[in-house]
Amino acid sequence: MKTTKNTSRMRAIPIALGLALLSALAPLAVANTGTTSLTGAGATFPYPLYSKWFDVYHEKTGIEINYQSIGSGGGIQQIKAGTVDFGASDAPLSDARLKEMPRRIIHFPTVGGAVVLAYNLPSVRQPLRLTPDLIAGIYMGKITSWNDKRIAASNPGVALPAAPILPVHRSDGSGTTNIFTTYLSAVDASWKEMVGANTSVSWPVGIGGKGNEGVSGLIRQTQGAIGYVELAYAKQNKLPAAHVRNKSGKFIEPTLASTTAAAEGAAPMLAKDVRFPIANSPAPAAYPICGLTFLLVYQDQKDPGKAHALAGFIEWAIHDGQSVAPSLDYAPLPDAVVKVNEGSLRRLTTGGKPLLANR
Amino acid sequence: MKAARISGDRVYRAALGGAAALVFLVMALIVYETSRGSALSLRTFGLGFLLGTDWDPVAERFGALPYIWGTVVSSGLALLLAVPLGIGTAVYLAEIADRRVGAIVSFVIELLAAIPSIVYGIWGFFVLAPWLRNAVEPWLIANFGFLPLFRGNPFGIGMLNAGIVLAIMILPTIVSISREVLLATPRSLREAALALGATPAESIGVALGAARPGILGSVILALGRALGETMAVTMVIGNTNRISLSLLAPGATMSSIIANEFTEATSPLYLSALIEIALVLFVITILVNGIARLLVYWATGGRRSAVAA
Repeated sequence: MKTTKNTSRMRAIPIALGLALLSALAPLAVANTGTTSLTGAGATFPYPLYSKWFDVYHEKTGIEINYQSIGSGGGIQQIKAGTVDFGASDAPLSDARLKEMPRRIIHFPTVGGAVVLAYNLPSVRQPLRLTPDLIAGIYMGKITSWNDKRIAASNPGVALPAAPILPVHRSDGSGTTNIFTTYLSAVDASWKEMVGANTSVSWPVGIGGKGNEGVSGLIRQTQGAIGYVELAYAKQNKLPAAHVRNKSGKFIEPTLASTTAAAEGAAPMLAKDVRFPIANSPAPAAYPICGLTFLLVYQDQKDPGKAHALAGFIEWAIHDGQSVAPSLDYAPLPDAVVKVNEGSLRRLTTGGKPLLANR
Repeated sequence: MKAARISGDRVYRAALGGAAALVFLVMALIVYETSRGSALSLRTFGLGFLLGTDWDPVAERFGALPYIWGTVVSSGLALLLAVPLGIGTAVYLAEIADRRVGAIVSFVIELLAAIPSIVYGIWGFFVLAPWLRNAVEPWLIANFGFLPLFRGNPFGIGMLNAGIVLAIMILPTIVSISREVLLATPRSLREAALALGATPAESIGVALGAARPGILGSVILALGRALGETMAVTMVIGNTNRISLSLLAPGATMSSIIANEFTEATSPLYLSALIEIALVLFVITILVNGIARLLVYWATGGRRSAVAA
């Protein structure tokens, strides 16, 4: 026994030496890659686009960006703790949350997304037309049957079945729910009062499916079901999507163009505060149920090397990167919002000095 | 040489003792971390958290009762379905079936335990739910709709679906442990019963009596899995925070609400309330296990059987 102990102690010495060597080398390694690698964490909704962006940008510039799609909540926490270089969130930070941050945060909207109402009504051939009142009424349990007079009124000539309505919502906290409930809060005072807007809410009626696939699965299985999913998901899975009446009274089909139009219509507000919701946009061609997704970046960057890499990436993403967006079913930013982002980029500093002046 | 053996024994004892102590350390850390994480929610809501039925992330009012209810009802339903089926299968495999057939069938049943829970969830969602919705639930409503248990609309997903999926998931635990325990009971017990003029069924009853503590142990293990199961339940339970007596109604469990909302919980109180749910789930699991242990103790009249698992 004693001899075994001795040999194991002797073996431990080279291991310890090796570890010491490794730890001595580690700072060097970090210093080498520090200027060319960035880390981010947050929202899952834009992840397919972001990972494409990071790929393309890596090939172009050699700058590597690692992104963990752990959800907006996690992204906000990590940027707050300073463990990542940027966070990503589908919902902008509230004033109260901004105050909790150790330093000033700047929001960069990257792309827009729309939320569509998909439904299962085999007898209805043409797209269903819904008004804000109808959507709120269905999700509050005030309208419970498809042959309700109020639904018929905005769908003249459509034979609506006498089937009960099953409203389906997301069970997991999500930016999609945030966009949908932000919209309902904007158009319906009693919704705002009773339910409100968040990544999860206390739903008055209906059942919950996990993820876009859970919601669309329930819709497909159940005649008379209606639910909300991301536009990209609805398009890729060819779900029927309702046309929704917008602020200027037109029934609008959810498309990438009508989503971009919504951001365009809200641009004057976004210029004042980029966190302004683009839902229920006043633009005539705007689809009303949509939102932007954001990168969260500290205004004053500690590491100048990373700061330049990050600013360079954002500049690329809001210009050249936008052309990638439609192929992945994300709505590109309108020029007016790109301009707002350019203004924000100029406000970034490192060590108190403006970033872009150094470039 | 003798001294070396003693020190070897000591090292052996210390290593095993350390391994056992590690379990306690992990438990203590879980309690510490969840208590620390839920401090804000504990302070804000106090005991009202356990009885509150509101779960409103917008207004930041949180109550856990719908989830406690969902966990208890779905696990209870799973036991109700799986225990008779599981013990029946175990008796067949151990006592009645040919040894070789028994070994093959129990191998297949143990394979069920290796299926990832997400696969059970997908099956429950795409196969079981339509069947429940189109066949089973309308029939239940038509024939037993006068009971509050079977009132409401046939959604397909809900408490009943979750209970059935959980029952299938915990079945292998009950079957394989109960079978092993039955096989371990002395052959002489049955032979003695038969010699005294018992029918074959009665002799199996004698064996079951001897194996009771082990079988109860298997049920406790199975219950533990049902209480904590997350992914499959989240997919099929319907995820609403309403308490309903009806088995057809959608609901939610403590683990499903954590899985659903943890990633996007942005405010500190919201996060804290979710962590408190984890703490409550932990406490309930300890309570249920404690009660089950007492039950085993009581069922065996305080003696420890040679075949206790």
